[in-house]
Amino acid sequence: MNAEKSILEIRNLQVKRGGVSVLNIPHLDIPEGKVMSLIGPNGAGKSTLLLALSRLLKSVQGDIVFRGQTIDKNHSLFAYRRKIAMVFQEPLLFDTTVFENVASGLNIRGTQHDEIRQVVADCLERFGIGHLAGRSARKLSGGEAQRTSLARAFATKPEIVFLDEPFSSLDPPTRESLTEDLERILRETGTTTIMATHDQIEALRLSDQIAVMNQGKIAQIGTPEQVMNQPVDEFVASFVGMETVFSGRVTKTHNGTFITSVSGREVEAVGALKPGEKIVCFIRPENVVLSTNSAEAKTSARNVFACKIVRIVPMGFFHRVQLDCGFPLVAYITNQSLENLLLKEGDSIFASFKATAVHVVRKE
Amino acid sequence: MRARKKKHWVNKEDQRPLDIIVEGIKQAFILLFTFDREVLGITWLSLKVSGTATLISLFIGVSVGTVVALTQFPGRKFVVSLINTGMGLPPVVVGLFVTIFLWRNGPLGFLEILYTPTAIIIAQAVIATPIVMGISLAAIQNLPANLRLQILALGATRFQMVWILVKEAKLPLLAAVMAGFGGVISEVGASIMVGGNIKGYSRVLTTATVMETGKGNFDIAMALGIILLLLSFIVNAILTHIQQRERPR
Repeated sequence: MNAEKSILEIRNLQVKRGGVSVLNIPHLDIPEGKVMSLIGPNGAGKSTLLLALSRLLKSVQGDIVFRGQTIDKNHSLFAYRRKIAMVFQEPLLFDTTVFENVASGLNIRGTQHDEIRQVVADCLERFGIGHLAGRSARKLSGGEAQRTSLARAFATKPEIVFLDEPFSSLDPPTRESLTEDLERILRETGTTTIMATHDQIEALRLSDQIAVMNQGKIAQIGTPEQVMNQPVDEFVASFVGMETVFSGRVTKTHNGTFITSVSGREVEAVGALKPGEKIVCFIRPENVVLSTNSAEAKTSARNVFACKIVRIVPMGFFHRVQLDCGFPLVAYITNQSLENLLLKEGDSIFASFKATAVHVVRKE
Repeated sequence: MRARKKKHWVNKEDQRPLDIIVEGIKQAFILLFTFDREVLGITWLSLKVSGTATLISLFIGVSVGTVVALTQFPGRKFVVSLINTGMGLPPVVVGLFVTIFLWRNGPLGFLEILYTPTAIIIAQAVIATPIVMGISLAAIQNLPANLRLQILALGATRFQMVWILVKEAKLPLLAAVMAGFGGVISEVGASIMVGGNIKGYSRVLTTATVMETGKGNFDIAMALGIILLLLSFIVNAILTHIQQRERPR
């Protein structure tokens, strides 16, 4: 268990749909006051996990422990629901004014009118929609509607906020400004937050912890740095953007580095491994350097390969270059580099990457 | 009324069809704008009877429709198709069964309400309830799937959740009421069977129109028809207005 205090603990959580397990989480602790992102492809179980954690899903097996108390079906479930808040991908606003929407959680709790007016006004200001208070929810833009939905969630001063891809149906500029505001509000309030997203940048920006989900399981959980730089398996690696993945066997070791043979080419990497061990290697495309010079040029990069350019795909501010070095390798280069080097498909070129740029996972 | 009619309506056998229509419309407007007592009485009774029947169907239809929409139970599909079938109940069949039930020797014969406005209310409520129920069911089901969860996540009790959902569906529910009312105010079969079309007592717009047309009193029939059309127009105008409104996000 973490040294930090856990606000929510999950034990043996299982959700089955039609006899098939869609969620299976033996153990998960949510630290108090932190932001955790759930990332993973569609159908990985992110939304299901959020619904299970908020106890909005029926037929959930296992225990959810909130501040040391197991939430059961009776009294504690209702009390728990009044301490959490949920924001869905759709704003799901009620057919009334923005003010009344934000006030709805408090109205449900029977809060005094004076207090409601104060809290809601404050909340509207925080989310930058004070000027919309009297507007009908029917006449809001997508961004305004999602702001209202977020304000409604925060108005009840929840102890945990669950966000289910809250920005995914917004256009990029709107999403950007809303992410910025949410970041500020989360910092100000210190509310424990669990957010499902398929946007890694969003996750990196907002979270203290990232959980990568796949097929109803948590593949890896850790700080953003851990998940991005030390993926535990092939799935996480490819999901966080390590484009080059190859498997091989350790052939030689030397002073903390080792050599693995990949399709007849020798790749040098860092790690304390024994010869004969089966491994999987990942290389980030931004760590691969292309040069037109010969392989003999002095460089600290331990891996230099002569290869052919298979494809060049423009990606906006950079290009994705697919190479064949005997094994496939992907490199990202800026548009400027592409012009300077006069690269085109079919050209022969040298690709290099440092031994430290190779991320290695043991394969059992 | 007879005497006054004679004055305008001398020898209808001699008139050509077009004259009958033109004269009928003229007389109808005279009857309408002079607030003819009999026409007013019939209109008022129609509104009262159909309004009450709609109100009854509203209570039963919305509550049962909402419960069916929100719960899962074995045989639910069968119940839903039963309700949908009920939306198209032929009024004469309803009239027949209500008559049998209220007949002197029938199960509810002791109430002695056959051929009274109450009997019409019962028959019309039977016709309107499945209509209101079916539309309420669809209205609640058509709300976004996550809305229920969102309301529960806001800390609502079950009762608060249902109440908020009904409020969210208020526009389609209003449409349900309009459809129910529109269905029964224009219905004639059941009203004539269980109400008996008794003058000044259980005579409503539709039954009166049928009778006056049969007697050849086209002026009154047309006045009643215009009132019916007017009511139908108002109901549809409100419905259209509701349907054209934007949904909230």
